[in-house]
Amino acid sequence: MTPGVAVDSGPVRREVAHLMGMPISLALRGRHADTTTGRRAWSAFIARLRRVDQVFSTYREDSVISRLGRGELTQAQCPAEVLEVLDLGRAAEEQSGGAFSVWLPDGRGGTRLEPSGVVKGWAIQRASRHLAALDDTDWCVSAGGDMVCHVADPDRPDWRIGVEHPLDPTRVIAVIPVRTGAVATSGTAHRGQHLIDARTGRPATGVASVTVTGPSLTWADIDATAAYVQGAVAAEWLRTRAGRSALVVWPDATTTIIDGRLPSGW
Amino acid sequence: MGDLIMKKIVLWFATTVSIVVLLFGYRTSTNATNASAATSAQRPYVGTATAGGTAGSGTAGSSTGKSGTAGSSTGKSGTAGSGTGNAVTAPASPSTSTAANGSTAATSASSPASASTTTTYTGRVASTRWGDVQVAITVTDGKISAVSVPVYPSGNGEDQQINAVALPILVQETVSNQSANIDMVSGATVTSNGYLTSLQSALDQAGL
Repeated sequence: MTPGVAVDSGPVRREVAHLMGMPISLALRGRHADTTTGRRAWSAFIARLRRVDQVFSTYREDSVISRLGRGELTQAQCPAEVLEVLDLGRAAEEQSGGAFSVWLPDGRGGTRLEPSGVVKGWAIQRASRHLAALDDTDWCVSAGGDMVCHVADPDRPDWRIGVEHPLDPTRVIAVIPVRTGAVATSGTAHRGQHLIDARTGRPATGVASVTVTGPSLTWADIDATAAYVQGAVAAEWLRTRAGRSALVVWPDATTTIIDGRLPSGW
Repeated sequence: MGDLIMKKIVLWFATTVSIVVLLFGYRTSTNATNASAATSAQRPYVGTATAGGTAGSGTAGSSTGKSGTAGSSTGKSGTAGSGTGNAVTAPASPSTSTAANGSTAATSASSPASASTTTTYTGRVASTRWGDVQVAITVTDGKISAVSVPVYPSGNGEDQQINAVALPILVQETVSNQSANIDMVSGATVTSNGYLTSLQSALDQAGL
């Protein structure tokens, strides 16, 4: 075999849409890269995210989540998908020792409902089934830097995911080849200090960024944020997570790689 | 029932990868002094693998390694693929292009500027009762830079998940984005306002 020889996979077609205040980027190659079926799948993907946004947006006064947060709805009155997200949030809170939570201190002694740390990865992962239905087509879809990828044909190359350098967003600090799986990164390079340690209510420090890969974006995204808000013990905690590989970039730009482990209990 | 089978495959798989990694670590460490001794010393490992129902080791061929560090995993670069069960990706049918890709990636990631030697060793396909399995390792400058499974059992949807469990991460601290050859960018959440100045935006516009 000759290293470096890849089968020509044809051109990559790209789409960008803006939704939930984020750019959503798609790369497609293979059979439906440039067909009506491929474009329909992209439209269906976006339409599903729009519906999720209507239910979960904390920026919309009339969303189910806003009404639940204000106590105008009980959990029993919410759609099943809301309960699913709250369950994920509870599991993440337990597994992170309370550092990650969808209930954050509101600064007045109470808490506010902020499920976006769970919703994003979960929503992208769910919506990606519209892309997964495309036969013989490779796709990689990123929502503001968190992505799900799939390569359908064994002869086509991996998707190569660059990990942004947290101290210099014009550079990449690592590359992750992905065939089928998810990559999520948490950091504050673009939004300022917006990741909160739920135990203290204060912005997390001690880590520049955390990137997690795994089979599902739902948990890759949760784990990236949950590790980030734990600061100095991020890498230690990630080693306890089955089935994920991770990259921690520290504030001095040194890195720690956590090798993926097989799921425990298998 | 399905879980039990998958459990066996996973355990078996981890064992095989470990064996191949061990085998290779041994191979390179002895190679410097006596190649033929290394070859014969290698046989017991092959035998072990076979006894375990695997036979996943291949003929190592000519070794280009220069040190005995293969198999350990601590550094910042080029460590993908070593360690336990850190499997790379793998298509559902026989293919060699995955391994070829892995070695390319390893070469460019570890030292883009200097010449390095990369060789991929592919074990022969082993039949197990769960299906055919093949393991390949890529060695760059004497270190294992990737472990891949070009052939693995494809019976149900869970295989793909297992396959995606662990991905290699190649840290490149000196690479510029021009030479990174990447498809997408993962980073702290980019907002629509910041998008136009982001790397992802450059990729989207380049249409590569």
